[in-house]
Amino acid sequence: MTNHPFEPHIPRLRRYALALLRDRTHADDLVQDTLERALRKFNLFHRGTDLRAWLFAVMHNVYVNQVRASASRRALAPEVESDEPVQATVDDAATMRDLSNALAHLAPEQREVVLLVGLEQLSYDETARVLDVPIGTVMSRLSRGRERLRALMSGETASYLRRIK
Amino acid sequence: MIDQHRPASDEELHAYADGALGGARAAEVEAWLAANPEAAERVQAWRAQNRGLHALFDPVLDEPVPATLADALARRPARLPRAVAAAVAWFAVGGIIGYALNGWLTPPVAPELFAERAAIAHVVYAAEVQHPVEVTAEHEQHLVKWLSKRLGKELRTPDFTGFGYQLVGGRLLPGDKGPAAQFMYQNNQGARLTLYLSLPGKGAQPTAFRYEKEDGTHVLYWVDRDLGFALVGDADRAQLMDIASAAYQAFNF
Repeated sequence: MTNHPFEPHIPRLRRYALALLRDRTHADDLVQDTLERALRKFNLFHRGTDLRAWLFAVMHNVYVNQVRASASRRALAPEVESDEPVQATVDDAATMRDLSNALAHLAPEQREVVLLVGLEQLSYDETARVLDVPIGTVMSRLSRGRERLRALMSGETASYLRRIK
Repeated sequence: MIDQHRPASDEELHAYADGALGGARAAEVEAWLAANPEAAERVQAWRAQNRGLHALFDPVLDEPVPATLADALARRPARLPRAVAAAVAWFAVGGIIGYALNGWLTPPVAPELFAERAAIAHVVYAAEVQHPVEVTAEHEQHLVKWLSKRLGKELRTPDFTGFGYQLVGGRLLPGDKGPAAQFMYQNNQGARLTLYLSLPGKGAQPTAFRYEKEDGTHVLYWVDRDLGFALVGDADRAQLMDIASAAYQAFNF
């Protein structure tokens, strides 16, 4: 059927899922799992709260469960934080690729905050509610995530690693 | 007065980069950044990250939604009668188009007998100070089990805490087709509302939500899942609609 209340939110859920997982098939699987869970849990949604933020919160929970499962299987490499530096370049297309790669090197909880704030443009307060963490945690994850992205993209990590070896 | 010498905290720098910093302080931080190139460079980098994320992932927004995802939504509502499924959709977006529901509500018809009984039961018991309920919310599980057994239907106590209403308890009542159940809720101001459930009789068809107002008592009632539902209270019609939609969802999802 059309006109389902969730429907207008699907494009943004897909965007967030793709940014989280960087794989279209996995991303749409995550969206589908999210919609199905949201349908089952809709009685827990309180009117007067933001449906979009609620759907993001449902997706966060599904994602966290998947990360946990894959961490125990060590199946999905991008979910594990790595210190491998990303090559910096000046070319625009390459910069995009770098950003995409650098994103994969963030810890999942940092990546979520960087994306919810920077891409989905949720307020810090909304982000805290979506992730169910205190706002101070949001700020510290945002700070560490963004600085790590910056370091990865400027190749600082490489020199840092050289220094400590 | 602009204080461009007060150093910007890390949090303020992020808020500035995200355009979330308030007017006066934003100007101060801007002035401070002019004198602190290292911090300015970080802020620039974060803004570039935001722009880069949009450039990378915004194209997804313009793609058609894959059929598998649209199907995921169609699956569950498809099991409901069409009119009821439409009601779910309408109610879920009701906040935005609340007033439009006035036109969507079915025109006034003679209230069902169960709605009248619900209104009477509300007036009698909601005013009761000493014994508003037979079984209190403390024994919610027992209450639901007991009334479910008496009506021969799986009943639930919908959660209305999102509207400020807590469950007080419930009681068994005589309905026109057998036993009926009443769940009572109360908010911080002491306002009460009741959800009345009864057997509407054989062959009763699911109906849209109907609304009646009598002497300051508002009744929203509908038939669904072989049960007659009536939500009664002094809350205004718009809020009653919201709460009724929560009750509807609690019984369907």
